[in-house]
Amino acid sequence: MSLHATTSQTVGPYLHIGMTWLIIDKLAPRKVAGERISIAGRVIDGDGKPVTDALLEIWQADARGNYGKPGFRGFGRVATDAKGAFKFTTIKPGRVAGPGGQLQAPHIAVNIFMRGLLKQLVTRIYFADDPANAEDKVLELVPAQRRATLIARQVGKRGALQWDVILQGRDETVFFDC
Amino acid sequence: MAGLGSYRRPLPGTQPDYLFAPYASTLKRAPTRPLVMLPQTLTELTGPVFGRDEVKPGDADLTRQHKGEPIGERIIVSGRVLDENARPVPHTLVEIWQANSAGRYPHRTDQHDAPADPNFTGCGRVLTDNNGGYRFVSIKPGAYPWRNHPNAWRPAHIHFSLFGPAFVTRLVTQMYFPGDPLLPYDPMFNCVPDEGARQRLISAFDLDTTIPEIALGYRFNIILRGPGETPMERKS
Ligand SMILES: [Fe+2]
Repeated sequence: MSLHATTSQTVGPYLHIGMTWLIIDKLAPRKVAGERISIAGRVIDGDGKPVTDALLEIWQADARGNYGKPGFRGFGRVATDAKGAFKFTTIKPGRVAGPGGQLQAPHIAVNIFMRGLLKQLVTRIYFADDPANAEDKVLELVPAQRRATLIARQVGKRGALQWDVILQGRDETVFFDC
Repeated sequence: MAGLGSYRRPLPGTQPDYLFAPYASTLKRAPTRPLVMLPQTLTELTGPVFGRDEVKPGDADLTRQHKGEPIGERIIVSGRVLDENARPVPHTLVEIWQANSAGRYPHRTDQHDAPADPNFTGCGRVLTDNNGGYRFVSIKPGAYPWRNHPNAWRPAHIHFSLFGPAFVTRLVTQMYFPGDPLLPYDPMFNCVPDEGARQRLISAFDLDTTIPEIALGYRFNIILRGPGETPMERKS
């Protein structure tokens, strides 16, 4: 028997009512092993205006490259504020298996929801200066001049990273179809 | 990926594009550059698990979250969460939110001049059972105006958010009610060309789940992306 997936619909403007009961902006309690990082950024629309009603969901492996091991679920959920800004703290994920069995560079998967999106946007966060980026099979699929949109960069102190989501235009973030 | 199949691509016409001009908010938010095709790796084939410590039995009854009872027509919304191979999706998180019976959300940005209901927040959640079943008690939401185009009204709807077993099975959708006269005018409901796909967004009135003297029953089954056929299945 074969069915077809239900049609996606937008979260609309009132998503907070149903979804912000579960905000997880600190993914890693202190006992979780790994390099502590924070990722902050803004979501910007095609007019250059902040998106104040977006929700980002984060999915990542632990520092050893395992998904969903007890002690670290690896799931986060944050909403943007009145300035279109979001922030979460976590640990830098380890490398996980990728296409052809080759290890992927450390990365965080992101689903983005907002009014005006009939289905979620899918993107990834990679880490600046990680030597594994050079051999990552997913980054290889991204046109070279657009790869920077997927990379979080250090701003200020160690571990404080910035990564923005630009919905449209010259610096538009790379979004995936999977 | 060794040992892990990948999830099916959507049937053409059953999932919306990002840019859909009749829904004005897509114009400045839809990607303008081509999407990059992403192979489904371990990252996409795994996903978060939620448990009873986060989701309590009372969270599925939206009529008992305050001192008094909400105003409106009580409804039971139930159904099953299945994958595209008709296999149940057990123990997965289902979140819902909706307007009150007058079409008003308790949200700072809702300017609709309709009465608020102090006894209704409009937010619920549940984990599916072993058979992928779920059940909510609520009140029937009202239609509400929005400013997408002149005289624009949203048909009555309930927002649904589901996880499923993997990052790629994540789904947010909306459930509608049978016979709603606003459906033909609603850009969101009409965001896909496939007529069957649109009809599957409409719940069915169900006398069997209707509770005599208490509440009307509506059934709404939700299908999440399923694994593609394995080579062995294809042969048979
Ligand atoms: Fe709504």
